[in-house]
Amino acid sequence: MTRFRRFGSVTVAALLVLAAAGCGDDGGDAGSGGDGGGNGETTLTVFAAASLTSTFEQLGEEFEAAHDGVDVQFSFGGSSDLVSQLQEGAPGDVFASADTANMDKLTADDLQAGDPQDFATNTLEIATPPDDPGGVTSFADLADPDLKVVVCAPEVPCGAATAKMEEATGVDITPVSEEQSVTDVLGKVTSGEADAGLVYVTDVTAAGDDVTGVPFPESDQVVNTYPIVALEGSEHRDLAQEFVDLVLSQTGQDVLAKAGFGAP
Amino acid sequence: MGVPRWVWVPAALGAAFVLLPLVAIVARVDWGDFGSLITSESSRAAFALSLKTSAASTLACVVLGVPMAVVLARHEFPGLGVLRSLVLLPLVLPPVVGGLALLYTFGRRGLLGSELDALGVQVAFSTLAVVMAQTFVALPFLVVSLEGALRTAGERYEVVAASLGARPTTVLRRITLPLVLPGLASGAVLAFARSLGEFGATITFAGSLQGRTRTLPLEIYLQRETDPDAAVALALVLVVVAVLVIGFARTGRGAL
Repeated sequence: MTRFRRFGSVTVAALLVLAAAGCGDDGGDAGSGGDGGGNGETTLTVFAAASLTSTFEQLGEEFEAAHDGVDVQFSFGGSSDLVSQLQEGAPGDVFASADTANMDKLTADDLQAGDPQDFATNTLEIATPPDDPGGVTSFADLADPDLKVVVCAPEVPCGAATAKMEEATGVDITPVSEEQSVTDVLGKVTSGEADAGLVYVTDVTAAGDDVTGVPFPESDQVVNTYPIVALEGSEHRDLAQEFVDLVLSQTGQDVLAKAGFGAP
Repeated sequence: MGVPRWVWVPAALGAAFVLLPLVAIVARVDWGDFGSLITSESSRAAFALSLKTSAASTLACVVLGVPMAVVLARHEFPGLGVLRSLVLLPLVLPPVVGGLALLYTFGRRGLLGSELDALGVQVAFSTLAVVMAQTFVALPFLVVSLEGALRTAGERYEVVAASLGARPTTVLRRITLPLVLPGLASGAVLAFARSLGEFGATITFAGSLQGRTRTLPLEIYLQRETDPDAAVALALVLVVVAVLVIGFARTGRGAL
């Protein structure tokens, strides 16, 4: 009888784990908007593209220092994830997108307060492992069929930029993998699985010594524009606009430029 | 013999908790375009790849998992408990971490990378990598179910067979495995279902390319970027397949 019970509980445990495992690995650190510190603090929730993580966190600290009693919370993720969440009613005050296409989705649903403003640009750069096993020096090198090249899938912004770049240059890349995000591309490059990956300039800067960046002159043919806007559903519309203004100010632009972003 | 009446309340709550999200999916499906959404070229490629790789990894789980379960259930040796915990580790390991671990082992610069390279085997970005990722996460499900079944069945018949002169391999083939067949079947179904839903280890270890490494869960995740309707439709297909497989196993004399 005890044996039987043991079998039963093991099976139940297995089923529970099955259920948990099946839905757990979503990857994005989405969701957690909400109210941070108590003490009657005002919380400003900023939905921002994952590529803005370090720069916006820095700007958030500056904003908190300048505004007593204001707590800035970030929800970083893929721009399309963030838009979906906002469309489903997630409470947010500001939205900063990594491309205009996702901002267009937001404005199509009239979730914005005011007109979105462009605050930064980003261009593509080749990332290779530090020892550069494939000897990549130019964008045209990526067409080599023996080279293991990893790019973003055309469905995500960095992949759309990659497709445009291939079209503009006439270079035809045969990737070994089309990843979901720049993080996944960088992962394949830093682990040495791929000989080269195509990501944004800012991603190469952020990755530091883990990758070597190979800039290429054609990169200015495809420029990704980052727009930002205060949200219609915000309960702190003035504060939200002030945060947008900070990003657009000289201070904000300096922080962004240091991370490798271009001026809008 | 009935169950206490109050048990119905949490049971119903639990059932609602599991079923309502499924209802929500069905409610979101764009039925007008359902057919075209799930029969697009990329969807069909992902679906075929998922079935193929999940079948292969279930086979791998049976080939590797049955001997593991027999050893764990029929032998006592020092460190058995620790070994069992370690073997079941993929159950609690976040799949993405499992993918990284596989990368560090079988990747080009991994532990066995240079040996594999010498043999001319390149695992990364191949369908083989998908099967390996699925096997890695699904194997414990088969081992756990089968070990439980083996312990429940007990050793009496095996002892009798051995006393009548049957050799160990004969006992295993003629007595042990037939007795635990339902347990093996349910373990294999669990492994198949887990393989079908596998996402994290695959995207980390194998990458994502249509027809080669982009399984249904990866396709769903990608479609969601541009076409949530297609993602929902595909998700429903995945759910239906999983339900069919589990139902099939149950009617086939399963002991799930």
